[in-house]
Amino acid sequence: MFEDKNSVGIVSLKYYEIKEKIKFESGVEFGPITVAYETYGKLNENGDNAILVIHALTGDAHAAGYRSENDKKPGWWDTLIGPDKAFDTNKYFVICTNILGGCSGTTGPSSINPETGKPYGITFPVFTIEDTVAVQKKLLDYLCVKSLYSVAGGSMGGMQAIQFVISYPEMVKSAIFIATTSRLSPQAIAFNAVGRNSIISDPSWNNGDYYDKDKKPDRGLSNARMIGHITYLCEEAMYNKFGRRLQDKNHYDFNFDVDFQVESYLQHQGQIFVDRFDANSYLYITKAVDYFDPVDKYGSLTNAFNASNAKFLVISFDSDWLFPSYQSKEIVSSLMHLGKDVSYCEIKSPCGHDAFLLEYDVQSKIIKSFLSDSKGADCE
Amino acid sequence: MNNHYKDSMGLHLNYELIKERIDNNSKVLDLGCGSGQLLKMLKECKNIKGIGIEISQDKVIECLEKGLSVIQGDIDAGLKQFADKSYDYVILNQTLQSTYNPDYVLEEMIRVGKKCIVSFPNFAYWRVRFNYFFSGNMPKSKVLPFEWYNTPNIHLLTIKDFFEFAKKHNIKILEGIYTTKANIRKGIQYSMFSNFFAEEAIFIITGN
Repeated sequence: MFEDKNSVGIVSLKYYEIKEKIKFESGVEFGPITVAYETYGKLNENGDNAILVIHALTGDAHAAGYRSENDKKPGWWDTLIGPDKAFDTNKYFVICTNILGGCSGTTGPSSINPETGKPYGITFPVFTIEDTVAVQKKLLDYLCVKSLYSVAGGSMGGMQAIQFVISYPEMVKSAIFIATTSRLSPQAIAFNAVGRNSIISDPSWNNGDYYDKDKKPDRGLSNARMIGHITYLCEEAMYNKFGRRLQDKNHYDFNFDVDFQVESYLQHQGQIFVDRFDANSYLYITKAVDYFDPVDKYGSLTNAFNASNAKFLVISFDSDWLFPSYQSKEIVSSLMHLGKDVSYCEIKSPCGHDAFLLEYDVQSKIIKSFLSDSKGADCE
Repeated sequence: MNNHYKDSMGLHLNYELIKERIDNNSKVLDLGCGSGQLLKMLKECKNIKGIGIEISQDKVIECLEKGLSVIQGDIDAGLKQFADKSYDYVILNQTLQSTYNPDYVLEEMIRVGKKCIVSFPNFAYWRVRFNYFFSGNMPKSKVLPFEWYNTPNIHLLTIKDFFEFAKKHNIKILEGIYTTKANIRKGIQYSMFSNFFAEEAIFIITGN
């Protein structure tokens, strides 16, 4: 992998502690908060070449490069971040943080409450997308970032990018919203609700207090993940990936074990998820996603975006039924109505919502073009 | 959608004629902007603030690669997102004949644009007439190269048709430009001569 001159190479997770308390949207004041983050490239003297990239629901701060020489898998957006890639680390200072309430370094329900010496569990305050963005802003201030050349995110990351533009309009020069929405559909909220229910109804969840127990709510969390995975795919993607094929067998077993490949896949995804994710974090973060609704909060999207002078790029995928294109078009329409500089592309893909992590060729082209101000005067 | 019209020499002339009519620093909306050649030229030469609407993903990407702002969308669905008179110019270049609802598209253009520029191949051009008259097939030419079954040009029209349409729909024609490869004529009154000899027409229009 180190022959790859387009890789940012070996990277390490860094931490910043916000010592003072932050007032959450709910009114609760909370702190201290440790923010886990990674950076790639260098901040320039003016502090204006930074790009904040924001991860999706269960992602983390490890967006690019490798954690060690033996690391087999690069960061989640490695296809787009690196020297000469779409988010070109020769030009830009790229930052990615783990979300507030997460479980990959940033303070969340599994962190130790300094006042009690025990994990917060469900005493952790319920937070919103606005709060997660406020935390990221504190980190940017600490890093001496004066303005963001761009803020970009897919899915829940896109919601935060939207909120960042709304909360700090003067700071953002451009924004990229991918496979996202300004408000979840009731259908999407319903899937989150079933996921949360699955965790809460697992007896090992124990009202969120399970960190020192032998049995953790793995069953509930893995079921929540299975439901999530169904929503990230689409019918066509499932046909392509699994069809009705059986898993390691040629005939039905006439029992309730795994028969189909799709069952096996979901089960596997659920099982590996519990090793890297915390059930309480899943509850809190999905709740923040459900609550996100700038249309309701500001009266309309045009009100919400009015103060921004950023340039916008909106991308959706035609087979994404979780964050369908019409929701991206609503964002585009409101920006057009305001006369903002906006571009929109609906990418054809058979991959469903997952496309935003898979269709990197097209996205790479689009994002690279969008970020570079190509002006070749050619006028006789 | 500019590829519905295949003559690059003709297009070049057409671009020049449109360019001459656009004021510096104006706001321009290009409907069916294709790969963005015209918008790019206007941006570079006239310093316009422009945006394109294009239905094809590949062409949208080409526009983005040119550094243009572009929205992937279907102009037949209307321009609801745009406020009244929010653009100095709305351009519909060689695209009118391939829209599903040309009357609605024109109505929307006039609502959104202070001035609108519409160009189309003239189906009453003498070569087209002769082609049809003598061969008995649907006419084909350099500018209309498609077969009847695969043509995107589903609403072909003539200069005369456009004049009649404008009158009926209360559209004011500010300028009419009628071109062949060798010649450019102008006039805001209908002329049988232009309808016969012009291969292509460009109209500058506005609401009455």
